[in-house]
Amino acid sequence: MSETSRRSVLAAGAAFAALPLSHARAQAANTIRIALLCDFSGTYRDVTGPNELACVRQAAAEFSNRGFNIEVVYADNQNRADVGSNITRTWIDRDGVDCIVDGGASSVALAVNEVVREKNKVFLNSSSATSDLTGRFCSPNLVHWTYDTYMLAKSTGGATVRAGGDSWYFITADYAFGHALERDTATFVRAAGGRVLGQARTPFPGTSDFSSFLVQAQASRAKVIGLANAGSDTINCIKQASEFGLARRGIKLASLLMFMPDVHSLGLEQTQGLICTETFYWDLNDRTRAFTRRVAGQLQSNVPLCMNHAGGYASVIHYLKAVADMGVARAKENGAEVVARMKAMPCDDDCFGPGSIRQDGRKLHPAYLFEVKAPSESHGRYDYYKLLQTTAGDEGFRPMAEGNCPLVRS
Amino acid sequence: MLEFLETITGVPTPLLFGQILLGLINGAFYAMLSLGLAVIFGLLNIINFTHGAQFMMGAFVAWMLLTWLGLGYWWALILAPLIVGATGVVIERLMISRLYKLDHLYGLLLTFGIGLMIEGFFRNQYGSSGLPYRIPAELSGAWDLGFMFMPVYRGWVVVFSLVVCLATWLVIEKTRLGAYLRAATENAALVQAFGVNVPRMITLTYGAGVALAALAGVLAAPIYSVNPQMGTNLIIVVFAVVVIGGMGSILGSVLTGFGLGVIEGLTKVYWPEASATVIFVIMAIVLLTRPAGLFGRA
Repeated sequence: MSETSRRSVLAAGAAFAALPLSHARAQAANTIRIALLCDFSGTYRDVTGPNELACVRQAAAEFSNRGFNIEVVYADNQNRADVGSNITRTWIDRDGVDCIVDGGASSVALAVNEVVREKNKVFLNSSSATSDLTGRFCSPNLVHWTYDTYMLAKSTGGATVRAGGDSWYFITADYAFGHALERDTATFVRAAGGRVLGQARTPFPGTSDFSSFLVQAQASRAKVIGLANAGSDTINCIKQASEFGLARRGIKLASLLMFMPDVHSLGLEQTQGLICTETFYWDLNDRTRAFTRRVAGQLQSNVPLCMNHAGGYASVIHYLKAVADMGVARAKENGAEVVARMKAMPCDDDCFGPGSIRQDGRKLHPAYLFEVKAPSESHGRYDYYKLLQTTAGDEGFRPMAEGNCPLVRS
Repeated sequence: MLEFLETITGVPTPLLFGQILLGLINGAFYAMLSLGLAVIFGLLNIINFTHGAQFMMGAFVAWMLLTWLGLGYWWALILAPLIVGATGVVIERLMISRLYKLDHLYGLLLTFGIGLMIEGFFRNQYGSSGLPYRIPAELSGAWDLGFMFMPVYRGWVVVFSLVVCLATWLVIEKTRLGAYLRAATENAALVQAFGVNVPRMITLTYGAGVALAALAGVLAAPIYSVNPQMGTNLIIVVFAVVVIGGMGSILGSVLTGFGLGVIEGLTKVYWPEASATVIFVIMAIVLLTRPAGLFGRA
């Protein structure tokens, strides 16, 4: 082979080798990477985890024909802030992720929030509770979608006080979420003329026996025991409160954050009559039922949908609408701009209906106060809730001026 | 006297008595679990990190018996330990028995890995929220003790676990079978020379230790959420109990289990935030002052 021809073969080979690379680069530039970070192995797995992944994938599938590619990745945050922020950094720095969905436990979400802001990406928080995310820690890169501690306190806490529960004792998960929920509820109780008689801060995770705290609560002579916890903590509290006969002694339980999977786990026999607040219920209206039918085949077999799962779907839908509107290239470049666009666009999806996003990042939609049905009233699979009251979005959440969000002041 | 107690503790006496009693109940779980661990470590020299998963399996098997076969709590109390114990026998024969000649660390890593796999399997099948399991009708209700309202079921847990602990201790310390077991730990070859089938005895001992964990799981099912991570929360504390009591000491682990339950219960009154760490603080102190544990032989 002559020198020339050898060179031309090498050149052709090199061009061929470079072809998929440039193609891949072009594809990456036209791909939006969405990463779901939540609990896949611990106490919050069922209220986020695989069902939320199915919902996020559903949102991506519904946007599959808009001229850009969507990739969904996910990871387990182990309910630890350090693990969550490390994964977020790796995703953004190494894997080119554009948008983090969920975050999970409040402590993790607060850490992830800072990383996303620093890297100027997008954080769609769909399951964390702390109202501080749109308060003192609010960020131009964050949308807090589903619910928060203030809304729960106002809806469930407010209804309990109105029903005569004017003296409270809190059993509080000892981390950011529990503290925020206790603080926000106590504010409502006091504002309504009620009293807070005490609280027990229980180690999280790792507490499975709550009898000691329940007995202390009973000894305080409070009429209401406020459960400022979630997941298996709430389940254990409700189970053990019934064992210790608290209801028979006239003490009410206020499950400030309870989800459908918790109710399913305890069974209607044990949960009937309890009230709780969610912003989504599968059987609420035609649109929620239609959504539930669409994702049904991809859900875990024994875990019902709850508002966090719906929040994952709806927040990603709205995000993708903004991306389609402003173009992939700009969306990848500037996360804060995408969030600003999301705030400027009215929201509408099958799970939460029409709504809007406030300047502080708070998504506004109605909050529903439900009562858990008695076994005799439940007529089908997951037919668990009776609607007691609906609070409109702008009334249910904390007024923007009270949150001390620096974005609002500026 | 009661008023004096109230003044120095700053907590109403009835509440204090109630908390001590609740501590004893939690201690009953610690005692039963650490007993199984102590039996396995004492005779097999294996640190059984699968114990938490086996405790969880006991609770799940109770749920399965009820849901799939309609067999209630009392059947579960007999069948669940046998079924889970049988899985223990299989695990010991197939895997653990190959590690006796190696360092402790290998057994620890193997059993830890098996535990993670079992928990992962149950998590995938049943999710993390847990499954409902009711207190049996015969044991529901509560006694009014004056100073507190005591659920009948919790009383049953304390009494039953005391009986099980005592029976296990008697079998190991006072019977011919127990003597063989203890002799086999000292010198397996010699005991085998007398015609005792030592490998089979070791396998059955592991099965029995696992069955104790499953029995505790059945006891726990009506009061704790039956979920895949229910053993993880408990097992770390139970390891601390075994270390404080002295590795391999049967009486030590039972007494320490109940004692630490009470200490933890009191911490929940005075400083709830520290109740998850108090046992580890005690463990550190005991390790520094008596490395072999309170009842262990150096």
